[in-house]
Amino acid sequence: MWDYLKLVVLGLFAVGAAIAANYAHDTAYLVNAITVMLAAGLAFLVVLRGIGEPKFVNKNEYMDGVVRAGVIATAVWGVVGFTVGVFIASQLAWPWLNYEALQGMGNFGRLRPLHTSAVIFAFGGNALIMSAFYVVQRTSATRLWGGNLAWFVFWGWQLVIVLAAAGYVLGGTQSKEYAEPVWYVDLLITVVWVAFLAVFAGTLMKRKEPHIYVANWFYLAFIITIAMLHLVNNMAIPVSVFGSQSVQVTSGVQDAMIQWWYGHNAVGFFLTAGFLGMMYYFVPKQAERPVFSYKLSIIHFWALIFLYIWAGPHHLHYTALPDWAQTLGMVMSIVLWMPSWGGMINGLMTLSGAWDKLRTDPVIRMMVVSVGFYGMSTFEGPMMAIKAVNSLSHYTDWTIGHVHSGALGWNGMITFGALYFLTPRLWNRSGLYSLKLVSWHFWLATIGIVLYASAMWVSGIMEGLMWREVDANGYLVNAFADTVAAKYPMYVVRALGGGLYLTGGLIMCYNLWMTVRAQPSRVTSHSVVPAE
Amino acid sequence: MDTYSFLREFADSWAMLSILLTFLGVIVYVFRPGSRSMHDDAANSIFRNDTKPADGDAPKAHVKEA
Repeated sequence: MWDYLKLVVLGLFAVGAAIAANYAHDTAYLVNAITVMLAAGLAFLVVLRGIGEPKFVNKNEYMDGVVRAGVIATAVWGVVGFTVGVFIASQLAWPWLNYEALQGMGNFGRLRPLHTSAVIFAFGGNALIMSAFYVVQRTSATRLWGGNLAWFVFWGWQLVIVLAAAGYVLGGTQSKEYAEPVWYVDLLITVVWVAFLAVFAGTLMKRKEPHIYVANWFYLAFIITIAMLHLVNNMAIPVSVFGSQSVQVTSGVQDAMIQWWYGHNAVGFFLTAGFLGMMYYFVPKQAERPVFSYKLSIIHFWALIFLYIWAGPHHLHYTALPDWAQTLGMVMSIVLWMPSWGGMINGLMTLSGAWDKLRTDPVIRMMVVSVGFYGMSTFEGPMMAIKAVNSLSHYTDWTIGHVHSGALGWNGMITFGALYFLTPRLWNRSGLYSLKLVSWHFWLATIGIVLYASAMWVSGIMEGLMWREVDANGYLVNAFADTVAAKYPMYVVRALGGGLYLTGGLIMCYNLWMTVRAQPSRVTSHSVVPAE
Repeated sequence: MDTYSFLREFADSWAMLSILLTFLGVIVYVFRPGSRSMHDDAANSIFRNDTKPADGDAPKAHVKEA
């Protein structure tokens, strides 16, 4: 019965998308409609072939298939996102890479949102979804709630990524940073996200452990807050149901404030709270010691949740935003030092008494460096939120350097650590294929980040100083083009750093692939349990 | 008083105070006497049930008897 309902819905979507493609007003919409038609058609066939087959669920097993798919998607999207990043970094250094034949599709302006969305939402998003599914099952001692709903979350999220990516290069964007997807993609994100919340909260509710482990608190806060931010920031009215363009409900400074309330909390809850959930599970697991202080982790959670939501206005210093709101954003950003560093100390001190593992285990080294970068970028961020510092740093490369020390250092490294942790366990292998390759990955990534961040510090501060330099008569000394020319060497170093980071990612993919293919199975495993 | 001024004054007075008090309440609650065994149990929960779900339906307390 349920399967027939699915068939009807999928069939309607496939036909509807075909009709929409026929009436499409713009290319982005056309390509997206065809993609939806194919996706719905494919899902229709899969459901059709499964009809009548007995469905058996072993409640004595964790649902790890969807986590395995998530591990693969994370690794693949990671490499895709890093590749686009290295390419656009090279475009900035050598503008001839904006090939004439690709104008309007392959130039920097179109590829930049492709890069940011690929690394944040495809790489980071898949890492968060799959690790949330893994962690919530283990810490609740129960199988995922909702059966195949978890698979809907996984495939729905991949569809979101493909639709958004195809849209960006073809001009389908609502021009809001980190919220570029157009209105119908936003609707799909909403549905997928509600399903994600349902699976996660449903699993928590049927848990067999008395407590909700702190990692799950962070995951839950991340899921709920992202839902709220997404709904408010994407209030838009489509121009036509057959076109990708829409008009924002709010305008002017209100719209700017909502956008950066969203934008900063995408950092705060997507890239921080969610990844802290990963830290609070994978660091203690890999160190084989419980977290340094569980009390501190609870205080860390509530302080972070209470404070982060107010920090957005620091993106709008010296704009039309009222002064008091700017000051509020600045003060809240500075107060954020406390929970951020509390969390960092909690993560690092988890290794107290086990520091020797740093010498022998490159995976824990990766996680520790990740927490170190978390501390560094949460020191740098509040400092840049101070108005006086911001007057120098705003609109310069310093901001880009800051974002990347956080994203490559904190988010990237903790995700790599989690992938190295998960792959042998999920595929039931006795260990990683090569620890030496993990060390190579570690050093390539670390040196890459250092090159990237230092190049952007030099470039950003130089650029900021050149912009504000005036001569004795009060005239500006430098033209904008002068700053661009002066930044060339730093841009080359940045592209090189990104290249090293990408190389590390490729080595990781090879290592994980060989772990699954060539490593012997674990002998004493209980992950497959006979049905009772 | 217009909506903007009302919300603005409410936000930086009673709303801020209630958030602060809630936060202080969290700290007091976390450090309440007798919470240690519960926190130790929760912190160690990640080392259980690694490969398969727990048996039985009711939440089990793993708190060690003192």
